[in-house]
Amino acid sequence: MTTVPYLPTEEEIRLASKSVGQGLRETVLSLPTIHCGGCIQRIERALHEHAGVERARVNLSTKRVTIQWRERSTPSFMIKLRDLGYDSHLFETETDRKDPMLGELIRSLAVAGFASMNIMFLSVAVWSGAEPEIRNLFHWISALIALPTLLYSGRVYYRSAWTALRHFRTNMDVPVSIGLTLAYALSFYDTLYGYHHAYFEAVTMLLFVLLIGRTLDYMMRERARSAVRGLARLVPRGAWVRDDDGREHYMPIASIVPGMKVMVAAGERLPVDGQVIMGISDLDCSVVSGESTPRTADTGDQLSAGMLNLTAPIVVVATSTADNSFLAEMVRLMEIAESGRSGYRRLADRAARFYAPVVHTAAALSFAGWVAATGDWHQSLTIAIAVLIITCPCALALAVPIVQVVAARRFFENGIMVKDGSAMERLSEIDGVVFDKTGTLTLGRLHLRDADEITPDCLSMAAALAAHSRHPQSVAIAAAAKGERPLLNAIREPPGLGLEADKDGHTYRLGRAAWALGKDDETGTVLACDGVLLQRFYFDDRLRPAAFDVLNNLRNQGLTTEIISGDGVAPVQDVALALGVSTAHANMLPGEKLAYLEAKRAAGHKVLMVGDGLNDAPALAAASVSMAPANAADVGRNAADFVFLRDSLIAVPTALKISRDSRRLIGQNFTIAAIYNVIALPVAIAGYVTPLIAAIVMALSSLMVVTNALRLGYESNLGNLWSPKKHYADGPLGHRLKGTS
Amino acid sequence: MNSYYFLIPISLVLGGIGLLAFFWSHRDGQYDDLDGAAERILYEDDRDDRIHPNGNESR
Repeated sequence: MTTVPYLPTEEEIRLASKSVGQGLRETVLSLPTIHCGGCIQRIERALHEHAGVERARVNLSTKRVTIQWRERSTPSFMIKLRDLGYDSHLFETETDRKDPMLGELIRSLAVAGFASMNIMFLSVAVWSGAEPEIRNLFHWISALIALPTLLYSGRVYYRSAWTALRHFRTNMDVPVSIGLTLAYALSFYDTLYGYHHAYFEAVTMLLFVLLIGRTLDYMMRERARSAVRGLARLVPRGAWVRDDDGREHYMPIASIVPGMKVMVAAGERLPVDGQVIMGISDLDCSVVSGESTPRTADTGDQLSAGMLNLTAPIVVVATSTADNSFLAEMVRLMEIAESGRSGYRRLADRAARFYAPVVHTAAALSFAGWVAATGDWHQSLTIAIAVLIITCPCALALAVPIVQVVAARRFFENGIMVKDGSAMERLSEIDGVVFDKTGTLTLGRLHLRDADEITPDCLSMAAALAAHSRHPQSVAIAAAAKGERPLLNAIREPPGLGLEADKDGHTYRLGRAAWALGKDDETGTVLACDGVLLQRFYFDDRLRPAAFDVLNNLRNQGLTTEIISGDGVAPVQDVALALGVSTAHANMLPGEKLAYLEAKRAAGHKVLMVGDGLNDAPALAAASVSMAPANAADVGRNAADFVFLRDSLIAVPTALKISRDSRRLIGQNFTIAAIYNVIALPVAIAGYVTPLIAAIVMALSSLMVVTNALRLGYESNLGNLWSPKKHYADGPLGHRLKGTS
Repeated sequence: MNSYYFLIPISLVLGGIGLLAFFWSHRDGQYDDLDGAAERILYEDDRDDRIHPNGNESR
């Protein structure tokens, strides 16, 4: 993680909560690590005992807790949760309410299921040879059940078809709506005049099966979306602003205007672009620009939103509003980039474009043919509608979503969130992968090099100093030192320089060589005692686990691998060499990354972009398909099609394999649907299709498609491809960039 | 023959009651946390702190 664990302030919790009346406010937190009933009990009990909390309810399925707390109390429950050992993140409150669309789909599905089952019971009686009187009675009852069902459950399709037609477009829902309406109308006519056949059960069953496909598709997308929304935010929702009288207010970011003085404490991220007017500090820019080493900021320096303040509090004067900042510029670039991607047409739509005209022509031709041959209008119309019903894209409507739902589950098990089904389709078509460096190929965490060769005394002294700082180099030194540390007091941290402490009459300094040694021409990071060099420290960023194997695997699959980074040439070359990547571009600005990917697209390449930073967001949006780690900047995460939650880069080939497998299964499903049509269509045109036959073949083809999709659950097991034993042999943290050998 | 006239309406009404029961339980938020519900029965805590999805009342 590039982030220092960050807890929102009380003011931010208050800002993100909402009033629910009776003096209560409600906050929703996502708790990504809860997994069992014990967690529910511990959290709920602890929160109930917590002062100010009125109610708390954990939802294990969504991994969230809803807390209602008294307005007058201090919302300190996130600290309580952290002490219990649970990470929690504020969840956007405006989105936590039940999704009305999903509710409507489920109710429509329930009604359609109820109606089709009841009508099926009646129809079975009719098919078994009921007397004409009873047959008519049953047809009437069926008609009565089917009409409200068609109006209630079918409105999803009617609405969508109407919207499409009003804009002079057509979609899959137009033939569905026409088919349903015509079939009902003809069956009603037949009932009225006491004919033998009625298609009410076909109408409701068709609706039921189509709604299953649609609901599954919707649920899959919603689940991934809300999982991504529940991840930690990088930039806070508000900031302390000091007005001209010297008073301080906590304000939401949206209301900060240029000229306001914003205070940024050590450990916080800059909420807006600004210029430093007070204080000196070190800033971690890795999320914003991809630079791996922190930079020093002094009075007058221009900073952009998202940078992390490391060592000392600073005051900046805002130079732009939130919607006019570096962040907003990234969003604007992303929108431009996304308009280029909209050219992708989903597989189901491509199939529908080809399928719908064939079906409609077949129905029209059989009608014309039968009229010409027999002159019987009613029989011709019945046959034409039988053709429409039997070819109605039942299996086709399930062919894609059912596979993608099973695939989404496989993704989920592997710690990968997928935003929508079309992302899987696009991923299966790629011919190259472009990686960002800092935070993507690397963990974005500095690591002390050759720690074994440093004398234990020096290391423990350095660690004792470093333990007092948030600077990434200090964190790395403190992490490398094990065992006892000398006790120090009066530790000072002059911003931009390092740390300083006295012990036994000597002054120890850890930090910039020029400062610690008192010589201007020295560079690097050192530990010094009274200006005498004790030890030099070297750092490198570490690769994500399995990075080397992953890139080799991708190349073996015939994919090109490239690096584009905002970092300097030297660190980029190091990573490229270690991973065997021949094409690596350094010092890329966000706009250049975007241009690079657009040039790739123009040349006919389909690339996967993997990146995490704010500076990657436009490139993520421009690539044919994109992936981001969970610790990526919010904007990047929202732009990416896939978000992987675990540290290891194995997520990339895993996602690729699942996508390709599901693509193959979708192809098979289309074939099944096509074969079914090739057999059923001539029978229907010849006029041999009774409602009984229509019901049987419709159910059979749907069952075959679903069964075929379920094979994905077993096939995509990557156990053979990625034996954990082999690839984690070098420890859970993976390869080092520069080995000691 | 005559038995149809009341047996079929009865079966439809019974089915309709089932459908309404589903609507009610769905609306009441009983399907919101299926994993949690499976775990909660194992603990002897009688506290009901459900936060209603459609309103502010707790139960």
